[in-house]
Formats: sequence, C-alpha cells, structure tokens
Amino acid sequence: MSGAVTASTDSVRSGVRDKSLRVVDVRRADDYKKDHIPTAVNLPLADLLSDDDPGRVAKLAGAMGIDNETSVVVYDDTFGALASRVAWTLEYIGHADVSLLEGTYADWKSLGLESDSDTPDVQKKDHAASVRPEILATAEYLESAKERDDVILVDNRERLNYLEQHIPGAISIPYRTLGGNGRILRSQEEMRRLLENRGVSDTSEIITYCGSVGTLSGLAYYALKSAGHKNARLYVRSFKEWKSLQKPTAKQEDASYWDLSAE
Amino acid sequence: MQARDPRQKIDWSRMEEADNFAKTVRLFRQGRYDADSFRRFRLQHGAYGTRMTGDYAMVRIKIPAGEVYPHHLEQISRLSEQYSIGSAHFSTRENIQLHWVILEDVSEIMRGLAEVGLTSREACGNTVRNVMCSPLSGVCPDEEFDSTPYALATARFFLRNPMAQNLPRKFKFNFTCCEQHGMARMVDVGLIPATRDGERGFKVFLGGGLGNKSYVGHQLEEFTPEEDLLYTSISVMRIFDRLGDRKNMARNRMRYLVHDMGWEKFQNLVLKERAIVRATQSVVTQLQVDRTPGVIRRPLQVCDESGSSRDGYAKWLKTNTMPQKQPEYHTVFVTLEAGDITSGQLVSLAGLIREHSSEGKARAGFSQNVALRYVHKDDLPPLYSKLLDAGLAKSGALTMSAPIGCSGTTSCNLALTNSHRLAKEIQRKLLAMGLDDDPDLYDSSIKISGCPNSCGQHGIATIGFYGGGGRVGKDMYPNYQMSLAGRSDAGTMLGQTCARVPAKRVIPVILKIIEIFRGNKKPGDTLKSWLHRVATGAEDSDVKSISDIKKMLDPLIVPPTKDEDPDFYLDYGSDTNYHTKTGKGECAA
Ligand code: SF4
Repeated sequence: MSGAVTASTDSVRSGVRDKSLRVVDVRRADDYKKDHIPTAVNLPLADLLSDDDPGRVAKLAGAMGIDNETSVVVYDDTFGALASRVAWTLEYIGHADVSLLEGTYADWKSLGLESDSDTPDVQKKDHAASVRPEILATAEYLESAKERDDVILVDNRERLNYLEQHIPGAISIPYRTLGGNGRILRSQEEMRRLLENRGVSDTSEIITYCGSVGTLSGLAYYALKSAGHKNARLYVRSFKEWKSLQKPTAKQEDASYWDLSAE
Repeated sequence: MQARDPRQKIDWSRMEEADNFAKTVRLFRQGRYDADSFRRFRLQHGAYGTRMTGDYAMVRIKIPAGEVYPHHLEQISRLSEQYSIGSAHFSTRENIQLHWVILEDVSEIMRGLAEVGLTSREACGNTVRNVMCSPLSGVCPDEEFDSTPYALATARFFLRNPMAQNLPRKFKFNFTCCEQHGMARMVDVGLIPATRDGERGFKVFLGGGLGNKSYVGHQLEEFTPEEDLLYTSISVMRIFDRLGDRKNMARNRMRYLVHDMGWEKFQNLVLKERAIVRATQSVVTQLQVDRTPGVIRRPLQVCDESGSSRDGYAKWLKTNTMPQKQPEYHTVFVTLEAGDITSGQLVSLAGLIREHSSEGKARAGFSQNVALRYVHKDDLPPLYSKLLDAGLAKSGALTMSAPIGCSGTTSCNLALTNSHRLAKEIQRKLLAMGLDDDPDLYDSSIKISGCPNSCGQHGIATIGFYGGGGRVGKDMYPNYQMSLAGRSDAGTMLGQTCARVPAKRVIPVILKIIEIFRGNKKPGDTLKSWLHRVATGAEDSDVKSISDIKKMLDPLIVPPTKDEDPDFYLDYGSDTNYHTKTGKGECAA
C-alpha cells in the first residue's frame, strides 16, 4: 500500500480483517465512541493540533500502536480534509506508509460496511521522529520562495474569500475542486487535466495554504501528490498566521462580488 | 459522474468543445492567439468577461425554453462550488450563470455541462441567444396551444448552425403562451401562439428590444402559419445578416435596422425573402417539433407533513402560485433575491422537483426565478414547508416585491452602480413591510439596471431604474434614472423618465410613489393601471402627469452634503467612496 495516496475501501476492509493495517479515525471522540471502522483508533484532530511538536506526535503514534513501519490509513467525515492534516503530520515526522481512505466515514456507512463501537486493545510501540522539513512551508520560507519562478502558491479557500484577500501571487483552487464522484480526491487524470489547464507544471514546487490550520490545504497537498506532483509543501499555519504577522495581502478590486452570493 | 435524464430528449452539448476551449485558452495565454479572435471565440462558447479583470469569466449556461431537470441543478450546484463562488444566478433570459470562474477552468465547467447534456455554446456573442419560452407555456389557461416544442425546435435548429455564427449582433427569440405572460414585443423575434380555423400558427413580432435605445416590436402579419415559422425566422436572420450594421457597435441590433429602414419596408423585405426561402429550401430543412406530450405522473408522497399550518402559507399561496388549465394542478414560483441561489439550495430544489412536480422538471422564469409546475393542490402544503426549510419560500414572487436587478458592479464591466444589491435591499424592505400582500401592487414590477444598457429590463418596469453617477461639487454618489409606467403586455409601452434618484433614496421614493398612488387611486385601480393613466394623460386627479409625480418626489431626492450624511456617498455593498469605473463592454449587455 505504500506510495498510494488513497486506500481503496476494499483494501482497508481486508487490512482490517488480516490486521495488517492501523486505521486512524480523526473525528471527535463522541462520534468515534458511537461507531467507527472496526479496529480503528481515535485521534481527534483538535487533540493533535493542541500540540503538534514532532516529539509529541511520535509519542501519540506509538501509543496508537504505530511504529515507523506500520501501514496507516486515516479517515474522517469532513471530505478528507481533517484526515489529510493528520496524515501529513505523520509524514512530517518521517512516517512513510500512510494513506487516506478514498471516501469519508459517511460514504463507508452508506455502503452498509461493517462498523462497531469497540475500542481496540493496542500494543504500544516506538515511533522515531525524523522530521522531513522538505514538506513544510513556514511563513519565512514562503516569503522568500514565492519570489522564485519555479514556485507556485495555491490558495484552497473558497473563491469569495480568495477574491477578498489572499497572499500576493497565489492562485485559487477551492478545496471543493479536489474531490468528486463520491471520492475525497478526484481521479488522477482529472486532477492532472485541471492542473495542466492552470499551467501548474510537474517541475514546479507547489505550496498550499488555506484559512487557518492546514486542513483544506492538506487535502490539496495529497491531491497534488496523487496527480504526480512530488514537490509539494504545506504552509501549515496558513493564512491565519500570515495575517497575524501582518504580511502583505492582495485583493480583487473594484467589484462587489460578495453581493452575488446568495448566503 | 452525472448522466443525462432520459426524459431530456435533446442533448445540447458536445464534449469536444470543452477540450477545444482548453486548448485555445492555452494558445491565447502563450500569445499564439490574438486578443480579438480569442474574445470572439470565448463569447461564442458562452464565457463572458468579468469586471476589471481578464483572469475571470462568467459562464452562461443556456436553458433552452427554460426547461431544467433536477440533475441539471445538482450538477450546476457542484460546478458552482468547484469553479465559482458557491452560488449560481438565474438570469432574466432563462440562463443560469456562474460568476468569477477562472478562465482556465471554463473548460472544466463545459465538461460538467456536457455530462448532463447542457451547453453554454452561443450564450454570448453575435449569435442566436438562448431561445426563451414562457414558464407557463403548456399550463397557461389563456394560451391557444403549448409553444414549448416550437421553442425547443428553434433552439435546436440554430444552435451551431453556420448561418448564426457571425451575425452583426446578438439575436433573440422569445416564445410566449399568451398576451399577458412573456415579452413578445421586446425582442428581435417574439412569438405568441395563435390559431386560425383550427390551424396552428403564431403572431410574430419583429424588431423590438430593450437597450440604450428601446423599441417595441411590430407584428409581421395577422397570422403566420406553423409551417412558415422556420422560413420566417431564416428570412429575418438573412436580412439582418445582410443589411445589419457591423460597424457601429452601439446601433447594430436588428431593432435599429428596422427603425432606420422603416417598418413597412422591412416588413416587405421579410415577406419577399420568405417567399424565396420557401421556394429554395430543401424539404429536409425543417423544425423538428416534437409534440409527444410529456408524462404527467404525480410522485408518490412519502410524508404527509402538513405545511398549511406554518407561518405565511396563505400569503405564499396567494402570491407565489397559479392554478393551471389542468384541473387540480398549480404552478409554484420560487423567487430568489436578484436571481441568486446557493449550491445547497440548488440541491434542495432538485429534490423538491422530483418529489412534487408531476412533470419531473422545472422551468426558469422571466424574472430571475424558477417555476415548479404540475404540483397537485394537495401537495402544496408539504411543498411550502420544505421550501421554507430550504430558504426558498419567500412570498411575493408574482408581485412587485420581487424586483429584478442585473449583475451591476458585482461582476459586470460596464456597471456604474450595484443594481444587484439594490434589488435585494428593495425586496427585503417590501417583504418586511408586508407590501407583497397588497393586491393593488400585484401586477406592478420593479426592475433595475446598473447602467443605461437594459439587462435589468428597466424600460418595461412599472418602476424602473438605471444606474449612473451623481455629483455634488467634487463628490460623487451612486444615482439612478427612474422611469415609470413601462409595461410588456399587449399594451407594451416604455416607461417615462421621471427623476434622478440617488441610490440611497430609491427605497423611500418607491414608498412615496405607493403613498401618492393610494391617495389618488380610484376603486379598482392598481398601481400599474393608475400610473398608466397618469403617463398617458388620462388621469383626472391632482396628479396629471409623470412630472407632477416628480414634483412630489423632489424634496426626497436632494443630496445632503458629505458631512451631513456620509453613507449617501457609498453604494450598497461598498465601504469606500463612490466613483464610476468601467471596463470594455462585450455584448454591451
Ligand atoms: S445593464 Fe449594464 S450594468 Fe447591468 S448587466 Fe447590463 S451592461 Fe452590466
């Protein structure tokens, strides 16, 4: 399973059956308690984000029975965005074999697949933290990198938010564009076509960001990977930090586009 | 992937046009396609420019004859979230528009449309634009027959037809049901079904249209038999193609040709041309009119939840629904604020059509709205209840409380004011005041354009506005030219200019007009009939002319200084001082 961005429902079911997989449910604890994919452990995103220092994350992983070699599949009920953020964090501390369930938990349930409310017995393991800085973008990094010709900055918030304010030079790919046809990620062919139309070349480095904690842009990070873009980074603190640092922003001037919204 | 609904008989799409569009955008970006040709190409494929930027487009999806299926709405919902702003917009010409689309993504939208058999092809540019049909065609108690199949056949004949690819200017067909509903006289070719000795045909009106200069169309002849419909359309278009003005952008709609040549001469030309067309066309050139009746099947009602006890049902029933000629069935109008609908509401609407329309589809209306037809009378309460939950049950759909506003400064390059937001503000105010419930205001209308072009159709409104800038010293404020007593029915007449009304005074002025009307009306009067008398000099109360009304409004429209009222100098939806700014027009409309 290593290498693939998403794990098919079938492969997760057999992995659960033969216990070759560690499934991680990143929904809230209450939802997890009600029911989840059998054998799944719970790591609510908020819990992870409360302190995502690599050392702590490695400990959390170990506590879930994940060592550096464990095959991990992550799922959520938020079109893959929360799962992506967790998966990316595992990658960041050097975990190689992590993928996303191809659908959401709601999709899993709607197919009538097995679920239960048991909390599995987990054997603790050791996970080393060997950080991979090449998949992270900090504000500082971003600021210098975005001046380079071979770097493309991608904003994954909704279009209206982008029009109103964005990091100068960013292009807009709203997170809704990433999924489709009941999958958290659209097919590789479709994703490649979209990026090609936008002039996002295979050789560029791409930095994704969204509104606050890198969830929507985390999904975009995996969408890019699935389309074969190896050189992607997540600006994990995203636009919220950028604004609080009072860095420059750009906007679409002279149009009252918000008034077109029916909200 | 969505599939096409088998009930939708015509596939309007061609998947290869999406690829071709993507390729052409790339060539254009690489500088291998000149700007003018690209613009023509883009418009021909239904992608309109956007205010002050070359990076975005508006994609105009044609809904021929207004017939829209639930899966269309679901697909458009998805496309709006992926490539637009999470809302879509119902236009006044039965198009559904997606705004602020990145030019490079337009081809993705075209693919999505092709999946469900829709197209944006020839929705803009100098082509035959979406062929409209009254949302009541087929159910209107006053119609001679249902003109929908003829509208669809006409749309099909001209779509991608070489004769319609490079006209001097855009060209519009409107089919209606009867004199009352629809706009046969304010369009290049307007058609009202008629019969003679049991034979089907049309009353054909030519050379009307709204714009910087508006004209009312002329009736070609007493009666145009059904088999002459296509010949007439072709000959009118040939004449326009041959003689229309290709140079002067401001005067190249067909109505100017008719006006300059004089009606009689134009009429003779058409009749002569038609004789030639009739004699020379091969027998295979004909409209494919599909007259097999649609299947009417009342969907199984799964829940019997009653909505009649919910707040506002009685008013909604009165102001949003109409009985059909088919007993027990009603048409339900859904009014949207200036035509805007969220992606979530599109999905809700799709579900409600499936659950409650016995024809399984809906019709886009003329007023930035949608109509669900063939709703059984017993299904009205539950439908209301669900519309309410979806935020789609605003009352007053068929009254003056559902104003039209073009896109204005929200996206249009030519806009001078935010007409779009103003329409929403007026609607909110009138509904809050309960004015949608006043029968005297039912048959009136408010329509707003953001500049002298008439996309908002202000010229045929009972109370119409178009945007401009006003000035006090060096300070500018958003302003509107107001006209009164326009109408688009059998007595079609353009509104008479009344006064310039600052944007922030439009609502008080409307309320004042209602007050003046109430003080002077006679029994049986509506605002529309009363204003008509005033405008035509037939009123004998103290108010004898539109300028009498202006005098009464004058005190309301005096601009305050900036110190007295800074808000006056801001347009709706803007927190910076008003200034006019426009880009290049594309279809000028
Ligand atoms: S009326 Fe003017 S502002 Fe409104 S859409 Fe048309 S061109 Fe734009």
